[in-house]
Amino acid sequence: ATMAATKASKEQKYDRQLRLWGDHGQETLENAHVCLINATATGTEILKNLVLPGIGAFTIVDGHTVSGEDAGNNFFLSNNSIGRNRAQAATELLQELNGDVSGNFVEESPDKLLDNDPEFFHRFTIVIGVQLPESTCLRLGSVLWNASVPFLICKTYGLIGYMRLVVQEHTVIESHPDNALEDLRLDQPFEEFKNHTNSYDLDSMDKKDHSHTPWIIIVAKYLEKWLSEHNDQLPKNYKEKEAFRQTIREGIIKTDGGVPEDEENFEEAIKNVNTALNLTKVCGVIQLIFYHSSCVCRVFSLIHLPVRGTIPDMIADSQKFINLQNVYREKAMQDAAAVSKHVECLLRSVGKPPESISEKDIKLFCKNASFLRVVRCRSLAEEYSVDSVNKDEIASYMDNPDSEMVFYLMLRAVDRFYQQHSRYPGVYNYQVEEDINKLKVCVNSLLQEYSLSVNIKDDYIHEFCRYGAAEPHTVSAFLGGSAAQEAIKIISHQFVPFNNTFIYNAMSQTSATFQL
Amino acid sequence: MADAEEPEKKRRRIEDLTDKMAVDGGHRISGCSWDGRWNHVRKFLERPGPFTHPDFEPSPESLQFLLETCKILVIGAGGLGCELLKNLALSGFRLIDVVDMDIIDVSNLNRQFLFRSNDVGRPKAEVAAEFINSRIPGCKVLPHFKKIQDFDDSFYRQFHIIVCGLDSIIARRWMNGMLISILSYDEGVLDPSSIIPLIDGGTEGFKGNARVILPGMTACIDCTLELYPPQINFPMCTIASMPRLPEHCIEYVRILQWPKETPFGDTSLDGDNPEHIQWVFERAQERAAEFSIPGVTYRLTQGVVKRIIPAVASTNAVIAAACATEVFKIATSAYIPLNNYLVFNDVDGLYTHAFEAERKENCTACSQVPQDLQFPPSAKLQEILEYLTENSSLQMKSPAITTVLEGKNKTLYLQSVKSIEERTRPNLCKTLKELGLSDGQELAVADVTTPQTVLFKLNFTA
Repeated sequence: ATMAATKASKEQKYDRQLRLWGDHGQETLENAHVCLINATATGTEILKNLVLPGIGAFTIVDGHTVSGEDAGNNFFLSNNSIGRNRAQAATELLQELNGDVSGNFVEESPDKLLDNDPEFFHRFTIVIGVQLPESTCLRLGSVLWNASVPFLICKTYGLIGYMRLVVQEHTVIESHPDNALEDLRLDQPFEEFKNHTNSYDLDSMDKKDHSHTPWIIIVAKYLEKWLSEHNDQLPKNYKEKEAFRQTIREGIIKTDGGVPEDEENFEEAIKNVNTALNLTKVCGVIQLIFYHSSCVCRVFSLIHLPVRGTIPDMIADSQKFINLQNVYREKAMQDAAAVSKHVECLLRSVGKPPESISEKDIKLFCKNASFLRVVRCRSLAEEYSVDSVNKDEIASYMDNPDSEMVFYLMLRAVDRFYQQHSRYPGVYNYQVEEDINKLKVCVNSLLQEYSLSVNIKDDYIHEFCRYGAAEPHTVSAFLGGSAAQEAIKIISHQFVPFNNTFIYNAMSQTSATFQL
Repeated sequence: MADAEEPEKKRRRIEDLTDKMAVDGGHRISGCSWDGRWNHVRKFLERPGPFTHPDFEPSPESLQFLLETCKILVIGAGGLGCELLKNLALSGFRLIDVVDMDIIDVSNLNRQFLFRSNDVGRPKAEVAAEFINSRIPGCKVLPHFKKIQDFDDSFYRQFHIIVCGLDSIIARRWMNGMLISILSYDEGVLDPSSIIPLIDGGTEGFKGNARVILPGMTACIDCTLELYPPQINFPMCTIASMPRLPEHCIEYVRILQWPKETPFGDTSLDGDNPEHIQWVFERAQERAAEFSIPGVTYRLTQGVVKRIIPAVASTNAVIAAACATEVFKIATSAYIPLNNYLVFNDVDGLYTHAFEAERKENCTACSQVPQDLQFPPSAKLQEILEYLTENSSLQMKSPAITTVLEGKNKTLYLQSVKSIEERTRPNLCKTLKELGLSDGQELAVADVTTPQTVLFKLNFTA
């Protein structure tokens, strides 16, 4: 009884987000264990946006003690916790946000863990590293890459936010595209659809039926006529499509006086001609997926995808609409069953039990066949290595010296400064001026090492000294929301994560995504 | 040599120490301080830089201004409001008022992080203020469990900046109208000291926007009303006789069946009452079965009846952060503020776009230009009413139309008071000529979307 009550209250609590990623998406969150390294303001803001929606568990890894500065910009560190270990202090106040979540902490620096127990990190669904120096990022990046654990690196530096996603291969079945084209197959009508259209005779219908016939049927009927008169060629260019629309327009019932009646369904047909005649083909991205991964739809890759089975709402009476909808639904079910059979064969051929891939998953896959996405990020090693650095991307963006790319380069330069001086530039007021030249040296050595002939304006070097490695709360909060949602995408395999570097500039409220 | 060096070394040592203190040491303000508390903020207030606002002057006094003088009003203590309060408090703002007319619901808890399950039923503004004041020492958030319309201009004038986290376009327009109404003009020239900047944020699922409005100067809410298309309601004939979607079945029960069957007596349908929703759900299932329509679920029923908009913590966090950054920029002149509209969408990667929304020359709210109404004298008053509600630049909800006839104020039509509605309803079928209106006649229109009446000028067409 208590389990049912908890389930009901969770459904109420999470209602607004369940409408976005569904119960199955929520389940993936509740089974996830997130690791946060460094409970700085950015870190706790990210974690807050994961704890609130109910991830299963989190573990904070942080060897630092809470400073006065920390307690000043962090909602989850009170001034009473100054002097205590930061992981422990933050865990308390983050845990308090949501009793469904289990919070843990490790009072240790990530470098120590990498020295003594690198497999510690293998248990996590995703590792989020915040305000980490370059050396730690690279070490951790390598461990996580080899263990196939997604790694999200985040940094707030003054008014700049930075995120880097490191994941080898991330598949997305449910990408939930904003503007998806319908899958109507009007250019290649299947048997059952043809039979259904044949059951309509527009010329002999009474007016009420005529005005409430779904536009899909109307287009199909007039297309049939067009094809028979045009050597089986679909209307291709604007002129032909306009002529085709005209044939439909002429089909509108007229009064005795020859005035066309008000038939909204015909207007819908005319309006939809453009998109309705889209050729059913497997789009380029999907072909790539089929080629690379062991995707079960290989059998469909040369012909067409399984029918999606949904139709948009349209002017029609209930019966005509439902009957038409059922034609598509039944075809979709047939196609999914065929895919299922092939999946079973494939599984058997590799010695796996047929239940390894569920019916539910196959149906979901088929329904989303046009929207499958794969994200593959380059490793950190590839990004940082002189041999494989993405010079072209960097140089082309830097054609505009004020592009967000300059902040990426400045962050790399600042990392270099830290390596050399064991501190960040301009932390104390008296350092700001003198660090400008030191930072400039780092910038130049960075550009030289990677043979980048780009120009970085002095203003940016000055500004980065001015920042003094500050972590203002509002910028941390912006990253907190952004990073948390990317983590949710990785955990739930719904919606598409960025690939692979994101820069946010709070000065101008602009952002950019680079593939480095 | 040594003697000459000493004073120089000494001077530098003292300077060093003072510099270190200036960053490390907290100013002992209001006794709620500790070393380093405001370090992250002060770097932006006390150091010059190449990208600062032309008006910016580094000074240790700026922090004091934030802590002791700057008054901010936060409207809404929900998804955006909670985030805004936290962001402002941790950026140095202490004198914050928050207005919210709602009480806490369990479905708020997935993102409105200042509330806990014990708080369900309590006023949002009060619980939010309590939490912030207790977590952030020295912060003095003052709650108001009220509607924004409960306050007049004397309340709003006291704030330096107003930031909105509302979930209603009507409320936004009202707030927008209020700030425009308190602008003062000196011989046609806007007095800048009468401008109260309005930062407005909105979110829906994974989409959001943040905008900076300087009333009288930049595009206002009404200037860009077309960006908020009116809510689509299903046509009545579909709902009544030709349902195709599960939503149609639900709307049928809500709009037609409930008023007819009054299942819980004379009470109107309350979306927050699970018994009511359960009743609607069951009847909707019956109707759906009648037409073989799949897909009616409890969740869908609730969503349709309450017009629920999906929401997550992350989008609110992003938008509120952007808004708070703008509040900080404006309050301190640290940087040039956003000019003036930011959109955000993280469905596919992360997308942001900042652009300058333009003022509308004949904006109903901020252009001070009397609005033109072009109708023939044979048009019925009903047509004007429809124009006021359906026109995408006006989108009024239930406009009340008055005019002056023969020196006396006359109400042509008013919906919100039953007796007056009944008395003036016949006017809707009368022509403008029959009502005694003439070419150039001024009509004053009042509506919930604006705190001030909007003046229209009747322009007779052929």
